[in-house]
Amino acid sequence: MKVTIDGIEIDVPKGTTILQAARMIGPEVAPPTMCYYSKLKTSGGYCRTCIVKVTKGSTQNPNPMPKPVASCRTEVMDGMEVQNVTSPEILEARKGVVEFLLINHPLDCPVCDQAGECKLQDLGYEHGAVKTRYEFKRREYEMIDIGDKIKLHMTRCILCYRCVKTAEQITNGRVHGVVHRGDAAEISTYIEQAIDNDFSGNVIDVCPVGALTDRTFRFKSRVWFTKPVDAHRKCTTCSGKVRLWLKGEEVLRVTARKDQWDEVEEFICNTCRYDKKKTSDWVIEGPSPIHRQSVISQNHYSNLNELKVQVLKQQKALGFMPIDKRP
Amino acid sequence: MGKKLLIHNDHLPNIHTLEVYRANGGYASVEKALKTMSPDQVTDEVKKSGLRGRGGAGFPTGMKWSFLAKPEGVPRYLVCNADESEPGTFKDRYLMEKIPHALIEGMITSSYALGAKVSYIYIRGEYFYVARIVEAAIAEAYAAGWLGKNILGTEFSHDCYVQVGGGAYICGEETALLESLEGKRGNPRIKPPFPAVAGLWGCPTVVNNVETIAAVCPIVNMGGEEYAKIGIGKSTGTKLISASGHINKPGVYEIELGIPVEEFIYSDAYCGGIRNGKKLKAVVAGGSSVPILPADLILTTAKGEPRLMTYESLADGGFQTGTMLGSGGFIVMDEDTSIVKNLFTFTRFYHHESCGQCSPCREGTGWMEKILKKFLNGTATESDVDLLWDIQSKIEGKTICPLGEAAAWPVAAAIRHFKHEFLEIARSKKFIDISHYERLNLIRA
Repeated sequence: MKVTIDGIEIDVPKGTTILQAARMIGPEVAPPTMCYYSKLKTSGGYCRTCIVKVTKGSTQNPNPMPKPVASCRTEVMDGMEVQNVTSPEILEARKGVVEFLLINHPLDCPVCDQAGECKLQDLGYEHGAVKTRYEFKRREYEMIDIGDKIKLHMTRCILCYRCVKTAEQITNGRVHGVVHRGDAAEISTYIEQAIDNDFSGNVIDVCPVGALTDRTFRFKSRVWFTKPVDAHRKCTTCSGKVRLWLKGEEVLRVTARKDQWDEVEEFICNTCRYDKKKTSDWVIEGPSPIHRQSVISQNHYSNLNELKVQVLKQQKALGFMPIDKRP
Repeated sequence: MGKKLLIHNDHLPNIHTLEVYRANGGYASVEKALKTMSPDQVTDEVKKSGLRGRGGAGFPTGMKWSFLAKPEGVPRYLVCNADESEPGTFKDRYLMEKIPHALIEGMITSSYALGAKVSYIYIRGEYFYVARIVEAAIAEAYAAGWLGKNILGTEFSHDCYVQVGGGAYICGEETALLESLEGKRGNPRIKPPFPAVAGLWGCPTVVNNVETIAAVCPIVNMGGEEYAKIGIGKSTGTKLISASGHINKPGVYEIELGIPVEEFIYSDAYCGGIRNGKKLKAVVAGGSSVPILPADLILTTAKGEPRLMTYESLADGGFQTGTMLGSGGFIVMDEDTSIVKNLFTFTRFYHHESCGQCSPCREGTGWMEKILKKFLNGTATESDVDLLWDIQSKIEGKTICPLGEAAAWPVAAAIRHFKHEFLEIARSKKFIDISHYERLNLIRA
C-alpha cells in the first residue's frame, strides 16, 4: 500500500498505522506520542498528540477525513495522503493538546527523577508555549507507594494508560487501574494494594513522565550524570538484556533497553532490575546508543546561542522583556 | 395538531399493561413482520421510510442496519440506547414510562429484521423506576409469548434483557455503552472498528435510540412509503420533542417534522408561548450540546426563511447561523436569562461527565468551567472571552468521542451570538446574582 506523509511516499504492508508508516520514513515526519507504545496491544489513542490530517482518504475514496485522526490508531489505506508537520492546523492543534497536558502538570522538573528522559519535557520543548495561560490551582494528589519498589506520584500523571496495559499484558493479574472519571481520574491500586509480581517494575519504564518512579533510584542522581551501558546476564525469568546506568563503577539503576522511539525493546524482570546492582553481576557490552532520548542527550542545547535567540523572539512576541533590557 | 404515531395512546388508563396496549393495536407490527415479511423486507421498509436516528446524530436508520456485518455462526445483537442523559431531553423516559410495550414491540420487530436473537435495553441508572416498568412489561411479554422461543409459532426466538447503567452521561455514546454493558469501565472505544462490525463482545451490533426503535412499529404497520409522506424532504415522520424552559406548557410533544419553530413555541397545541408574557431570548433546539441560537435566528434562517423543525432547516447556515435538531431537547429561554450563567451550568455538566480518557476533553472541560466561574464571581477579564474561544476550538474535533464537541459547541455558540454579554460582565466586574442553590453548586464546583 502506498501512503504519502508530508509529501514523502512510502510503500507499507496492509494493516500498518499512519504512525508506523511515518516512523518508517523517519523522525522528521513521525508524530510525537505520549500514550502509544508499540510493544503494547491496544495502546494509543488517548493523548491526542499524534493527531494528523488526512487530506485524501484513499484511492477509492479520495475524500479527506473530516476531523484530525489519531495516527497511532488509524490504519493506512492505499493512496492515502497525510499531513503532519506540513499542516499549520495540526501544529496548532498539537500545541493545544500539549497545553492541555501541561495545565494540571506540576512542572516540578527540578525535583523530578524523570527530568532528562521525560517525554512530556520533550513534547513541551518541541510543541509547547513559553508561558502558561492557566491561572488556577493545579490538581494535586498524595504520593503513594505501590509495592516496595515503585512510587506513584499521581500529580505528574498524564493518564496515558500505558502502565495499565503493561500490567494487563505482561504480568499475570493486574491490580491497578484507573479510578474515577474526567479530570478526577487517577491511577490507583485496589485500596492501596501493592503491585507484587515478577514484572511489575516495567510500569516504571513505560511511564512517559515521572508519575511512576523506581524507589531504589529516587533522588540518587540526575539521569544526565549517569552513563548508560548495555549489559546482559543469564536470567531464567527474562531475557536478561538490560541497560545499566552507571556513575563511576557504581550501578545506580537498571532499566530495560529502549529503542529509537524510547520504547522498551524487551521487558525485564524485577530481579534484574532491583537486585543486581553490582557491575560484577553483568557482562557489559558497551555504551548504549541513545537516539532520540531526551532534549538533553539529543543535544538540542548544543547550539545555545540559537536557542537564546529563539527564546528571546518568543518572549518578545508575548511582550515579555528580559531583565537587562528593561527600561 | 399533527399526526401522532408514538404516543397517540398515552392518555389511555393502564396503557403500560399488555392487555390495554394489545387491545389498542399493540404488537400488530410483530404479527405483520413475523408472519408476512422476511427480515430483509422489514429493513427495506425502514430504508424507504427515511427514518433517521432519534438519539441526536440523525443517521439514517435503514442505512445503519444495512451496514451490520452478517458473518456465519456469529451472534448479532440489538442494543437499545435508553441512557438518555442529554440535559433538556426526557422524551425516552416519557415513552418508556407510559408505553413500555411500544419499545418492546419495536425491539422484537427490529431484532427480527436484524436477525438478533438477543437484545438489550441499556437504561441509565437515574431511571431506575423506569427500568422496573420496562422489566415488568418484558415479563408480561414473555408470559404472553411475545418474547421467548418460537414467537407466534414461527422459527424466530428472541430474548430481551434490561441493563441499568451506573449513571454516566458518557455511556450514552454507543461504544461506551457497549463497554459498560460488558461490565467494564464506560470509556468510549476508538473507532474503527464500528459496532456494526465489532460491537458487543466483539460481535456485530446495532445500537439504536428508544424512539428510533419504537418508530419501527408504525413504519412496519403503515409501510415505509406511507411513513415517508409525513414530514419534509429527508426529515420524515414524527419526532418527540422535550420542551422545557420558560414556556407556558413544558412537556413532551410529538410533532410532524416540518412544522415551523415559531408555531411550536407559540401555538397552544405545543409550548403555548413564553410564560409571563416575556420575550423570547434564545433557544437550545436539540439538547444542551447543540449550539444556542438567539431569538431572531431560531425563528428565521439567515436567508429570511421561516425555520422549520427539521434536521435540515435547523442546521441551515451551518454553525455560524444554524444549530441542530439533535435529540430534540428544546430549551427555551426568556429575556431575563443570563446566557453566561446558563453556559456555566452546561459546562459544569460536561466537566463532570467527561470520562477522562483523552486529554483535550479531560483537561479542557474543567478549564472552561473554571474560567466561566470567574465570570460569575465578577473576576473575569475581557481576554478571558478570547481564551474561552481558543480552548473550545482546541477541544472540538480532537477527541475520541463526540463529548468533546458536545462540550465545545455550547461555548462556541454562546460566544458567537452573545459575546456582548460576556464582555459586559467582564467590564462591570459584578458578582452575578444567583440563587442560594446555585451558589452552593458554585462552591462545590
